[in-house]
This record gives sequence, structure tokens and C-alpha cells, in this order.
Amino acid sequence: MTYTRETIEQFLIGKVLRWIGILFFFLITAFPFYYMVLLSFRSIQNLLTDPGNLMPDWSLVASMETYINIMKPVSQGGQGFYTFILNSLMVATIATALTLIIAILAAFAATRLDFRGKGLINWGILLVYLVPAIVLAIPLFVIFSKLGFRATVERRLFGLIIVYLSSTLPVALYMLRSYFQTIPTALEEAALIDGTTRLGTIWRIIIPLSVPAIASTGLYVFMIAWNEFLYALLFLLEERDAWTLSLGVAQLNTQEVPKTMLMAGSVVITVPIIILFFFFERFLTQGLTAGAVKG
Amino acid sequence: MSAVTTPQPKRPREEGGLTLAQRDARLAYALLAVPVLIVLAVVIFPLLWNILLSFQSLRLIDLRNLNLFSFTPTLDNYRRVLSSRGFMELLRTTLIYATFGTILPILMGLAAALLARDAFPGRSIWRGFMLFPYIAPIVAVAFVWRIMLNAQFGIVNEWMVDLFGAQRISFLSQRTIDLGMPGLHEFPLALSMVIFFQGWRYFPFSFLFFLARLQALPDNLYEAAEVDGASLTERFWFITMPQLRGVMGTLILLRFIWTFNKFDDIFLLTGGAAGTEIITVKIYDWLFGRSDVGAAAALSIILALILIVLLMIYFRWFFQEDEA
Repeated sequence: MTYTRETIEQFLIGKVLRWIGILFFFLITAFPFYYMVLLSFRSIQNLLTDPGNLMPDWSLVASMETYINIMKPVSQGGQGFYTFILNSLMVATIATALTLIIAILAAFAATRLDFRGKGLINWGILLVYLVPAIVLAIPLFVIFSKLGFRATVERRLFGLIIVYLSSTLPVALYMLRSYFQTIPTALEEAALIDGTTRLGTIWRIIIPLSVPAIASTGLYVFMIAWNEFLYALLFLLEERDAWTLSLGVAQLNTQEVPKTMLMAGSVVITVPIIILFFFFERFLTQGLTAGAVKG
Repeated sequence: MSAVTTPQPKRPREEGGLTLAQRDARLAYALLAVPVLIVLAVVIFPLLWNILLSFQSLRLIDLRNLNLFSFTPTLDNYRRVLSSRGFMELLRTTLIYATFGTILPILMGLAAALLARDAFPGRSIWRGFMLFPYIAPIVAVAFVWRIMLNAQFGIVNEWMVDLFGAQRISFLSQRTIDLGMPGLHEFPLALSMVIFFQGWRYFPFSFLFFLARLQALPDNLYEAAEVDGASLTERFWFITMPQLRGVMGTLILLRFIWTFNKFDDIFLLTGGAAGTEIITVKIYDWLFGRSDVGAAAALSIILALILIVLLMIYFRWFFQEDEA
């Protein structure tokens, strides 16, 4: 065997460097999540005296004490995470459902119907997509205060849903539209001739054929709403009962709350997303690239 | 939903004598009215109104008796924002953050995609892990980083002390560090950390794009080069890289826009302290720290203008290069 440039490169880059790289990327992505779970199962005293320890305190794993503490309502000395989970679930689910319904109908109109001003839709999507959240944050904050959307818990959450709806609509419409364009129209034409209405074809033909695209769009919207922080901070801060999970976790970062609880809160907000991801990885990966998820 | 399950007999001409095309157009407008109205009310109207706010003297406590359109226009907000101490530094930090916060995730994404291109045992699980930083909620990952980098009990300091006997460092609250090399005596520490965070959190996005492109490249491109005796590194520079140019251009554009407008990451990691204050965090500070709605609006308009100018430069440069 001769040592040509090719064989040396093959060995160094193709084998050695490649495996080092694979290991490196695995460690940097997996370790922070391991560390997060680990700290949620240790006591704060233990963390301060022995920071380098990479094993959990098994008695805390068994008792789930840190988690029970953050779940309990404030009146019982807890952090009220139970309420935050319900708020987040409600906001994200309603925002996702509304976005999907409106976007499916709009994407149908944009791909199957002829009307004046069709070209404007593309520009509208692009324009809205590129508007920075922070630029909208100030006027929305002012308008919502003025309209009383910051008066009660329900109104605050309603305002938040509207904002999530409007910020995810353009990309949901974009994703569904590109998928609908790939469905051949022959089936719908046949159904129209058989007497189905235009709207009937959406329910009976387009939706059943687009389940994967609808799933990726829905997951994407849900994820955005579940993870969102800035608007939650602006609209909900003064009303603890209205907090979503991301705001609740952020508010754990104070001197009084042990960092182990902060990590337990982080685990609580992350786990549902990771579970969704494992169940729907294929859809989610498609959604991430197709919609070029903003983040 | 039961209404749609009963098929109705289709008549060629509906009541009012509308043609099929006219009815289609009507249906389209009806279906599009909802999203268009929502976008007008929650995006376009606020956007335009923000411009008005920026010419208005308005503080948080005035919100209750605010009159939407009657006010005396003033340039005070812009004057106050532009002449405030440290505005140039704010601009500089924002540009450094946005530039390196764009480059680092793209380079890391490219590296990860090249690693994942050919199969290896456990690749699909590995690929799943690669997406974790990106799909996890920002609050969770920002706080894990804060704790990992903590000076007292953070794991990074613990390892550094154990392995190198180094001094403990507060990575996220120390402005500069002396790296003991010429030119690196005042290396920006906290700013580098938030840029590393950008690299870690957003490389999966570039990874997915690069991987999709790489796996679509035809094998015969490489076979020919191999016959001609091109080495591994040569094949990378002269075959793979040119094929990735388009993806690269898109990624630079998207990532720069998003990083430039990003608020959450720095707000949660450092709160804008230790030389990491960027325009978006400053806007929040004007709004709630100083209760100055007008100045916050003015700064957000400045942010949008800077972005528009940078995009115009980018597009000119991009298209010129294409023509050359």
C-alpha cells in the first residue's frame, strides 16, 4: 500500500476526523439536555457543594420532589406550573386549529380558484413573513392596552392567540399552498361533475390527500406558539394566572428560586416538544425545511 | 360539517345569473377575507401606526388617555435615541452579533451535513439529536446555558478548574477577557458566548438545508472527478462547494434577517449586560425600563431602516456577482 495524498486524506478526513466530528456534534447537542434533566433531579445544596457530579440523586428521581414543587399552586407554596401548562396547551391548540382552518381555505382559494389580485398573495406572504416581531410589539402592546385586551386573564390569552394566529398564518398558507399545487385537479373535477360543491371538494378530496402537509404545518404552528416568549412577556406579565409555560419558566430565574427548580421547569416545557418530535419526526423535518421556520 | 356530506345537484347557472368563473372569484374572496383582515389588523395597521408613534411624545402612563391620531408631531424621539450615550456601540454590537451569529451556525450546519451525508451506524438517531437545540423552547435552552456557564457551580468552569487549574470565569457577565496574545488582550467574552449560543441553537436549520441539497447531488459528478484523480479535499472545494452556493445564499439572507431582529436569546442569556446590548434589547429597555413608548417606536423604525438598507446592499452585490 502506497501513501498517496488520496489514501492519507481518506484515512484522516474520511475516518478519523469524521468520527471525531460525529461524536463532537452528538455531545454538544445531547449534553445540555442531559444536564438539564440531571439538575432537576438534584438538590440545590448538592449542586453547590459538588458541581462536577454527573449522576442524579436517585431519591429525588423516586420522589419527583422538584417537579411536584413547581406544579403546586402558589397558595400551597409551589410555582403554579399546572396553570401554566393548561394556558400553554390552550393557547397553542386554539392557535393551531384556527391557523389550519383559515390557511386550508385560503390555500384552496389560492390554488384552485381564479380571481383578480391572485399575484398579490405571494407578495403579501413574503412581506408579512419578514416583518420583525419587535417592530410590531410596541404598537400591538399599545393597541391591546387601549382595547382592553390586557384587562382580564381570558382577554390577555385571547389577544395572544390572535397574535400567534397572525404571525403563523403567512407561512402556514405558504406551506399548504405549495403542497396543494402538487395534488392533481382531475379528482376534484370528477367530483364537481358528480355534483359535489367547491367547498365539498376541500373536505372530501383535498384534506384527505394532504394529511402529511397539514400535519407538518400544524406541528410547526403548535411549536411556534408553545415556544413563543416575547409576546407572552409583553401581554401577560402582570397577571400570573395568565402566564404561559415559557413566561413561567423565565420568571423562575430569580434569586429566591433554586436553579434546580428552574431546570425542572425547563424540562417540563421541553418534553412535550421532544415527544411530538419523536412521534412525527418525518413531518416535522419536512415542515422545518418547507416552511423555512422562523427562529 | 354534515352539510357537505349531502351532495347537491349542480346547476350550470346559479341564482343571479352568475357564471361559474364569477362564482369562483366570489368564493375566493370570501375564503381569503378572513386571513387578509387578520393580517391587516394585526400586522399592517400596527406597522403603519408604529411610524406615527415614533413621531409622538408618549410615555407608558399616558396610554390610557391616548388619542389615536391627534398629536403634535415631533422629532424628539429620534433625537433622543440617536444622541443617547452608546448609540454607536449599540450599532456596532448589533452588527457584530448579526454577522457572526449568521456565519457560525451556517458553518456548523455545513460541517454536520457533510458528516451525515454518507450512512453510518446510528445515523438516524444522531440526526434526530441534531435538531434538539433548534426545536427546544428558547427559555429552556437559554437557562441551561446560563447554568452551564455559571461562575460558581457551572459545569464548564468546574471542568476548566479540574483540567487546567484555570480561574473561574463568569462567561456571561464579563465584558472582556485577556487571552494573553497580541490583539486579544480585550477579547469580548460575553458577546462571544451569545454568538456561540447562536451557533449551537441555529446550526440545525442550515444542517437540514445543506443535507437535503447534498443528498440530491448526483453521484456521477464525483465519479468523473475521482477518475481524473481529484483528492477528497479537491472534490469538496471544486465540486461540492459550487453546488451549495444557492443554498448558502438563501441561508445567509434568512439567518441574517432573523439574527438581526432577534430579541429572546440575548434578553434571556445576559439581559443585554456586559457588552451584549443589541438594538432589539434596547427597544425593550426604552419601552419598559424607561417607559418611553415614543423612543422605543423610533428605535424600532431605525432597526427596520437599517435592515432594509443592508438587504438592498446584499441584493445588489448578489446580483452583480451573478452577472459577472
